Order: sequence, then structure tokens, then C-alpha cells
Amino acid sequence: MDFSLSDDQKMILELVEEVSQAEFALRADEISKKGEFPGENIKKLVELDLFGVTIPKEYDGLGMDYLTWTLVSEKISKACATTGLIFGANLLCTYPLLVFGTEDQKRKFLPPLARGEALGAFALTEPEAGSDAGNVQTIAKKGEDHYTLNGSKIFITNGEVAHTYIVITTMDRSLGPRGLTAFILEKGTSGFSFGQHFEKMGLSALPNVELIFHDCRVPKENLLSKEKRGFRVAMQTFAAGRIGVGIGALGVAEAAFEEAKKYSKQRVQFGRSISSFQAIQHTLADMATEIEAAKYLLYRAAWLLDQGKPFEKIASMGKLYASEVAMKVTTKAVQILGGYGYTKDYPVERYMREAKLFEIIEGTSEIQRGVIANKILKE
Amino acid sequence: MNIIVCIKQVPDTEQLQKVKVDPQTNTLVREGVPGIINPFDENAIEEALRLKEKKGGKVNVLSMGPSQAAESLRKALAMGVDEAVLLSDRLFAGSDTLATSYTLAMAIKRIGPFDLILLGKQAIDGDTAQVGPGLAEWLNLPQITYARKIEVNEDKIRVERVLEDVFEVVESPLPVVVTVTKDINEPRYPSLRGLIRAKKEKIPTWTAEDLPLDKRRIGLEGSPTQVVKVFIPKPPRKGDILSGEISQVVDKLILEMEKRSII
Amino acid sequence: MRKIKIIVEKCNGCEECLSSCLFSAIKIENKRVRILDNCNLCGACIDACPFQAIVLEQEEIRVDLSSYRGVWIFVEQRKGEIMPVTYELLGMGRTLANDLGEELSGVLLGSHMRGKAEELLNYDLEKIYLIEDPLLESYRTHLYTQVIVDLVNHKKPEIILMGATSLGRDLAPRVATRLQTGLTADCTGLEIDKKERNLIQTRPALGGNIMARIISPYHRPQMATVRPKVMKRARPGHSKKAEIIEIEPKVSQDNEAVKIISLIREEKEAVDLQGAEIIVSGGRGLGKPENFSLMRKLADLLGGAVGASRAVVDAGWIQPYHQVGQTGKTVQPKLYIACGISGAIQHQVGMRTSEVIVAINKDPEAPIFNIATYGIVEDLHKFLPVLIEKLEERGKS
Repeated sequence: MDFSLSDDQKMILELVEEVSQAEFALRADEISKKGEFPGENIKKLVELDLFGVTIPKEYDGLGMDYLTWTLVSEKISKACATTGLIFGANLLCTYPLLVFGTEDQKRKFLPPLARGEALGAFALTEPEAGSDAGNVQTIAKKGEDHYTLNGSKIFITNGEVAHTYIVITTMDRSLGPRGLTAFILEKGTSGFSFGQHFEKMGLSALPNVELIFHDCRVPKENLLSKEKRGFRVAMQTFAAGRIGVGIGALGVAEAAFEEAKKYSKQRVQFGRSISSFQAIQHTLADMATEIEAAKYLLYRAAWLLDQGKPFEKIASMGKLYASEVAMKVTTKAVQILGGYGYTKDYPVERYMREAKLFEIIEGTSEIQRGVIANKILKE
Repeated sequence: MNIIVCIKQVPDTEQLQKVKVDPQTNTLVREGVPGIINPFDENAIEEALRLKEKKGGKVNVLSMGPSQAAESLRKALAMGVDEAVLLSDRLFAGSDTLATSYTLAMAIKRIGPFDLILLGKQAIDGDTAQVGPGLAEWLNLPQITYARKIEVNEDKIRVERVLEDVFEVVESPLPVVVTVTKDINEPRYPSLRGLIRAKKEKIPTWTAEDLPLDKRRIGLEGSPTQVVKVFIPKPPRKGDILSGEISQVVDKLILEMEKRSII
Repeated sequence: MRKIKIIVEKCNGCEECLSSCLFSAIKIENKRVRILDNCNLCGACIDACPFQAIVLEQEEIRVDLSSYRGVWIFVEQRKGEIMPVTYELLGMGRTLANDLGEELSGVLLGSHMRGKAEELLNYDLEKIYLIEDPLLESYRTHLYTQVIVDLVNHKKPEIILMGATSLGRDLAPRVATRLQTGLTADCTGLEIDKKERNLIQTRPALGGNIMARIISPYHRPQMATVRPKVMKRARPGHSKKAEIIEIEPKVSQDNEAVKIISLIREEKEAVDLQGAEIIVSGGRGLGKPENFSLMRKLADLLGGAVGASRAVVDAGWIQPYHQVGQTGKTVQPKLYIACGISGAIQHQVGMRTSEVIVAINKDPEAPIFNIATYGIVEDLHKFLPVLIEKLEERGKS
């Protein structure tokens, strides 16, 4: 098993690390406090061609593998979780297009996404459909040369800033998951507007808005896959998305760990630095070990995806584990920083608030456990 | 517009910091510190790219140095310059600024016609700021140093120069040699596409044989200045850490300032 | 022509030379020492080798430099005012001229500068070359270069000193290249090697990490630009022994392609950073851009200027004008207060020759404490308000 990085990967990661630390990390605190969309950061991602990493060259992408994407995402998320999630959510749009799109659809929608001219989003979640994805209520009625959408979505990452949306609707509510149908929807389509946006526990700069469809007419060319095949689109997209969300959680965990380690060396109590106390040492050791384990689960999931091998189980494990590790590590980080850790003078309290979301999105930990159990019992 | 940018690879002093000083011999213990593009030269590359984006044309990058300097040229290619050339030869070794500017000038003569030559105002290892003006002299061109803003109209260039207390606006016909300051722009990061493309490109190396030059003017022989000794400056005396309750420390600090007649 | 050589028979493979080389120009290949192309001939390895296996070979060159005599200093004037660095050059120039047993002369270009030339008669020098023409009123590269080169070819000075100002650093390399002679920039030390009559020029390199001693043994004039505010100023009050020699310049507008269009004064700072006696500087430890107001407040209280580290300038918290450091400005105030600045080498290089350095940083390992005269390991958000309050009180009483 060769765990080494290729020269190209090293070259790319060096650049991403430089930009992430020089720019994203410095702005992270401020954008969070102000709840400001990190436009400057996204601009840099575009300039660096990062949105095109996994998109094939014939669609203006760089044609690289998902493992490289994962490594890139890790560095971005470590510097700024918000930027990492915006970057990651984009994958939820490009991936289904690549897997399920027709040649015409790919040629139309992928190049702007690859070049970063358009940002992507994936819209399934509704007020009544969270874990119960089959309970989607947004209805799509077939017309002559179009479909008409009515309904709404909430908590959609990149909502309002994205240009290209993969929207999961239903053509027959009584069919549950088997009625789901996926469409590609562009911002500016008449009948497609944006609604409320929630004040969150953390990641306040992450755009998560309500999408509203009111007699929204979608051209029939924008049907993704086949009618009533949308559940498959959603499930497969989630499987890949889990790697993205998992690596986002890992980034937050790594950032928190670095802060805790640094602080423990500086902080002097009882005449010595607290890093010399066994209690702290053991805590740090646990944090480091869990992070390392999460890392390789996620890297392996990406590798399997690249190899065209079944990856869903490992991706689920990776997301489950990394998100729970992030919660543990960030909580311990606050603990290590003690009173100061609880204040906004240090970033660890922010990391802890940010970490929580990763246990929820892209399939809650409960759902992940269900998915994993399902898979392992079949083996 | 045909623009030529001369760059230099310099040691990354950020890495130098991690280096230890041997207390016995008072020397730096340093092992292959990685090289970076001289930061001011990055500004020059960026300015050249911006001018090309506005006016069309071509950007050539040139560097004189050991073979590792090719890495810096590669980064310039990744940023978007069109062509890069490395000037490397044992015979160039030991060049001071006179010999360096001469060698660069002869290489530029081989590259061909140009409208503008850009350089960073100085290299952060030598800190002399002499190569730009020297180059202009060898090529018999006007020079404009310390540019913080460049505008090109037709065949004239207008530059804002940073002087000690004022900014001077000057104008000159092309071609001309301009050295730039950090204020002029924010250099772009290379894109991934650029990095990948640059990785594959072949960067030609020109030796002394490839250039129309007088061998007596290059390298050691062509360098009037000689370094006779290099030493580490005595580290400044370590001062005192003032500790205690904040109010007391502030009082002490103010007292010390008063004692030194600073306030 | 100098060449460095390894005497293979003497080389023991002890590798002492390796660690002595500051430029990583020595490699051991197959147990043999090889000196690489980037060797600078500084000779550190020669001293370090316990077996004297490294030698510097020097070809005998006979060059007759005896016709070059005298020390010149360039009198820098701007808008008809003589720049302060001139007096530092006068002080240094006098010492050098005395050591050589030669004359010290000043070279002044401009228009209507006769009055200023006469003021210089109060200083200890022998001659003042005064070259006047309306075209020389403001500094222009080609015109000044031509005048000085003509004068040098005529009078043959041994040494020429200029201030390492924006003017000096634009002019000196042009002149030196035209004269095909050696120029050393930004010198912090100058002395005469009396045996060889060479000017020994000491200057910082590698961002101030090392100092280099340089000579131009086979070329004249030996040129050097001198860092302002380092050398001691000459004092006036000497009997007027100098004579003013007027020189007719041969200049015409055609010689100078670069035209001065206008001057822009951006009075954003009441106090010029590089001229400030007190600088209050902020770094990442400030936490957010708004906290620069603390720096401003303290600076105003002390009558100083505001500086910044590169990190915060790059993050857009304050304009690049304020950046102190290797790629920013070099400053030498009486007092430099570094707040929340870790003090990486690149920053240190821009401020470490300040008279008094006060560092406030909550990280006891911050490198800034290695050069601080007074180090305060505290959270600046707690410390500064108290300092400001007490200074305000003090100001009132």
C-alpha cells in the first residue's frame, strides 16, 4: 500500500496550503463574526482553478482524482470551515451531473462550474423532509416541453449564491422515494426565488437559504436521469458528498488540535507548562490518534471512488467517524484552553460550534449508522 | 507589448529563521534552504502579466543563477508568462552587480526586441538595488526606479515613483527599464492549470557560449567588487522581560522611557 | 582573478568546511570536497579547514591606480535644500580622507545653489565642485550621471560616497556602470586599509542575517552608498578653508528621455514612518483590523507613527505604507513598540536597529523577545488600555 503523494499532488497541496494559511485562515474569524459571505476566498479558489479539480478536461476541468480533491478540501477546511463547505457543496452539483447527466447537459453545465464562473448547490432538504428523504413534498408536474415545480427547500448550502442547482422533487407523493425526480435548475428561472435564511449556531457566513418554487417552469432538457429515478441520484450524490463533509469535519478537528497543542505548550500553571501534565498529554494523544484514523478512512473512501470500486460504506464510516471526532476534539480543545477557550479571543469555541453541524448534514450520524449496518449485514 | 522580466531566486529567509547558529564558531548551520522568487520580482512578473492582459503581447522571463533557479522560472511560467530562459554557467559564478547586469544585458540582446524591461527594486539577499540601473546603462536605456504605478499609452510610459516623502510622476518613451516596489500590485498565485503546464515545459539554459559577450566582463573577472569576509553580526543584547501586575509593569515602562528621555 | 581550490592530498574529509559555508556552496561527493558555482569567495571555509586544504589563488594583476586621488561626497539636494545624509557623508568622508592623506571634496549639482554651497564652507572639507544649470534643478538620472561621469573622468577621485537614498540608489549604479567600477550599496561601515589603500566597505546582506566586507582592489573610483542615519554627522564651525570650484556642465534636454510630470503628496500620516522617532506597530496579535485604533491612539499620545507587520498588511487590515520589514520599510526610531507581532526575521530586519524596542506579546516564545529591550508577556488587549490610560493621565498632570 503506497501512502505517498505524487509530485503533482505535492505541488498542488503546497500552493493550496500557502493560500489557505495566508488568506483564508486570517479572514476566518472575521467572516464568522460578521456573517459575511467569503467572496474574496471564493475568488481565490476560482483563480487557482480549484473548482475544476474533479471535472474532466473535455469540460474545462483539470481531470484529477477525488483523492486530490479531498486533500485540497482538507487544507481549505482547516483554514476556514466555511470556505471548505462552500467548496464541498459545489461537488454535490458537479458529481451528479457527471454521473447522471447527458452529454448535452454535461457540455452545457459543467464548464462554467469547472471554471468557477458558476457555483453549484444540491437541494433536497425540506421542512418535512430531512432524514426522511422520501418525504419530499415539492411537486413536479409534467407539461408539454417543460415541468412545473411547486414547493420549497430549506437549509440549502450555497443557496442564493449558487447559479446551478440540482433539485430533488417528486412526481407522485404517494410513491414516497420511488416518486423522486431530479432536475437541473438555474438561478433566474422564473418562479424560482429565495426565502428565509436562518441564524445558526456557527458557520454564520455559510449561505443556507430557503428555495421557493412557485409555478417554476423547468425545460424538459433539464431532467436529470429519468423520471422517478431521483432517489438514486440523491443517494449516490450523498455517498460522494459524505467524503466532502467528512473531510470538512477533519479540517476543523485539525485546526482545533493545533490550537490546543500550541496553547498547552505556552500555558504555565503550577510552575510548568500544562503540556507536561499527563492528563493533558493523554488528551492530546487521543485527539491526534482519532484525527489520524479519521483521515485514512476518508482518504480510502476517495481512493475507492477513484478506482470505481464500491465506496459507499467506507464513505459513510468516514463521515460518521470524522464528524464525531471533530465534535470530541473541538470540545477537548476548549477544555484544554480552559477559561480562555470559552472566550471569543481564541478560535476554539468557534471550532466547537462549527463542528456540531457536521454530525447533522449530509445524513445525520443516526442515518450513517443505519447505512453502515445495512451494508455490513449484507456482506 | 513585448515585456522582459529579470528575476532572481533568493533563499527563503522564513526558512532561515529555523536555522541554528553554532555558538562555538558563530556560523549559521544551514542545509539547502529552499529558494523562492525574490518577492519584488514577483511584483514585476505580476505587473508584466497585467500589462499583457491590457495591451496584448508577450512576457519573457529571464534569470541568472545556478540550475535550481529554474524552479523560480517554472513558477513564473505557472503564473502565466510566455517564455522563460535560465542563464547558467560556471563562468557566471562570483558575479557582482556589474557583471550580472552585463550578462543579463547580453542575454536580452539575444532575446530580441522589447518595449519594457521590469525588475523588482532589489533582491532580498543582496539588497543592492543595483542591477536594474546597471542593466539600463548597458542597454543604453532610460531607467525609472521605485515604481508603484505604471500606465502605458501608445509608446509612452507614465510611472509614479515612491520617494522618501513624496510620489514623483514621470513619463518616458519606450523602451525603458523600470524597477518596481511592493506597492504596485498583489502578485497572483499560480493556478493549478499553470502549475501543471509549467511542470512539463522545457526551460532552455544559455551558457556563456550562447551569448554575444566579452568573457572578461562576466563572473569573477568582470566583478570589480570582491567579498573579503562574511560574518554574523553580533546578536543584539537581549533585554529584560518586565513581569508583574500590569499596572506595575506599565509604571515601570513609563519610568524607563522617561529615564531615556524618550517621553 | 581569484580562484578557490581544494588541495586534494591535504583534504581529510572532516567536513568542517561544510558547516562553515553560509551559502551552502560546499558539497561532499564520494568523500571529496566540491565547491559549487554559487561560491562567493568569502574565505570562511579557508579559515575553518584544520588541514589548510583550501586555498585562494590570486593572479597578480598590475593596475596603476595611483592617478586616482581624493575622497568625494555627493551633496544631495532636493528642492534647493541639502539633505541630512550629506552631513553624515561629510563626517565619514573626512575620516577616510585623513586616513588616506587626501582631500575631501563635495559635489553639488543643481540650479541657484551658490548660497547652499557657501553654507557648506562651514564644514571640514577642501573643495566644493558646484555644477549649475536649470536642467539640473531636480534630479534626473541621465543628466546627473553624465555630469558626474564627466567630472570623474576629468578629476579622477579615489573614492565617491553617496547617501543610500532613493536618489543615491538610482544614481550611483548608473554612474558606476558607466565608469565600469565597483559600487557597494547601503554601507554601514567604511574604513581604509592603509596598506593597500583600499576602501573596506561593510554592509548587511541576506536581510541583515549576515554582514559582508567588500573591497574593489583593481578599480577606481571606489563607490559606495551609505545608509542614512548610521554614520555620525559632521559638525560645522570650521574655518572656511574650502574653495568653491564652478564647473560648466555639458548638458542638453535631448540627453534626458524621462520627464518629471508632477509630484503627489499623500499626507495620510502626520508623521513620516521612516522619519518618526517613535513607532507603534501592530501585528496579527491585534486580532482584528478595528484594533489598529489602539495603535493609532498610542501613537498619537506619544507623537509617533503607526507601523505594521506584513501579515496584517497582506490581510488588508492596514495600508502597505505602514509595513515595516524586509519587503516593507526599514526604520530606526528611538522607540519601537511592537504589539502582537511575533517578530519573524523578515520583520526584525526592518526595525532591529531601533534604539529601544518594547515588545508586547502573549506568546513567551515569540522571537521578538530576542531583540526587545523590554519584553512584556501579556495580552496586549489587557496591557495597552492601561498604558494608554496612564499616559493620558500623565499628559494631563
